[in-house]
Amino acid sequence: MALEDKVVDIIVDKLGVTRDQVKPEASLIEDLGADSIDTVDLVMTFEEEFGESIPDEDSQKLKTVGDIIAYLKSKGKE
Amino acid sequence: MSNLAGKVAIVTGAARGIGQAIALRLAADGADLALADLKTEWLDDTAAKVRALGRRAECFAVDVASSESVNAGVAAIVAAFGQVDILVNNAGITRDTLILRMTDADWDAVLDINLKGVFLMTRAVAKPMMRARGGAIVNVASVVGVTGNAGQANYTASKGGVIALTKTTAKELGSRNIRANAVAPGYIHTAMTEKLPEELRAQMVKLVPLARPGEPEDVANVVAFLAGPDAAYVNGQTIHVCGGMVM
Ligand SMILES: NC(=O)c1ccc[n+]([C@@H]2O[C@H](COP(=O)([O-])OP(=O)(O)OC[C@H]3O[C@@H](n4cnc5c(N)ncnc54)[C@H](O)[C@@H]3O)[C@@H](O)[C@H]2O)c1
Repeated sequence: MALEDKVVDIIVDKLGVTRDQVKPEASLIEDLGADSIDTVDLVMTFEEEFGESIPDEDSQKLKTVGDIIAYLKSKGKE
Repeated sequence: MSNLAGKVAIVTGAARGIGQAIALRLAADGADLALADLKTEWLDDTAAKVRALGRRAECFAVDVASSESVNAGVAAIVAAFGQVDILVNNAGITRDTLILRMTDADWDAVLDINLKGVFLMTRAVAKPMMRARGGAIVNVASVVGVTGNAGQANYTASKGGVIALTKTTAKELGSRNIRANAVAPGYIHTAMTEKLPEELRAQMVKLVPLARPGEPEDVANVVAFLAGPDAAYVNGQTIHVCGGMVM
């Protein structure tokens, strides 16, 4: 499965949103209704799923779906 | 009663005393039990009694004061049972002495097990409970965590801390349908209180309007209530189980 699909699947599962809501420009908090626990839960799930530890100073910058995909790609994930 | 049918409960310090009574009561209500204590052999008796009630029991060696031990233990529990619905943080110790005589080691041992242990276990189950979209955490505090008690600086601080930690857990995880509550036992008849001098025990009973020490089952009944569906809207509370000793 492509990285994009995996990321979208995780967000759909955690936030209970539909696939077409999870656009690259969608903000996790403003558009997809994530609260602070959701964002921590998502980051921990990406860490598990992609075997990459994401430090706090990085995770705070991950605001949109596109940010997450770009970040994981920049770490060589695919 | 079987209002906990299909639920998996972790009980720490389940080898004896209040922890054993809690495990048996949760099993009687239909839960399967992950029993945790320092050594698995110590849990044989509790496990046999849970199985005699027709429920599954598995034993895990967990030192609640060590994050490695807690994380490995909870991972093994999730692997064995596939889920965690209920966590009862019961493991606890005393190292009583006056402040003037209390060593750093006395302080640290009690705070590490009684308070940090609750934090470590709560952190470890939070993820599996969030994944299951619900759960119940019941912490065993003590009425002296509310009143203070001469000779128990370390213990009272740890139990007061447990009450505050229970409230924070309730606030942080409430939106995930994970409830956290505490029981605060008074003077309960167990090995922990058996070692107190006879005259002190007689004195303590005088402070109890019901005029008897509590039994471990008295505490277990309230833990089962807080862990179960009848307490679905009870969150962040501490229920005193002390025969009216502290009101
Ligand atoms: N007995 C009372 O009157 C009374 C009153 C108020 C609160 N409490 C609380 O109730 C709880 C149970 O008390 P009890 O009287 O049954 O005590 P107990 O000493 O009979 O049992 C405590 C159990 O915890 C286990 N334990 C100790 N350190 C541990 C660790 N690091 N990791 C895992 N397990 C550990 C012990 O092996 C033991 O099986 C404690 O938290 C205690 O503070 C007891």
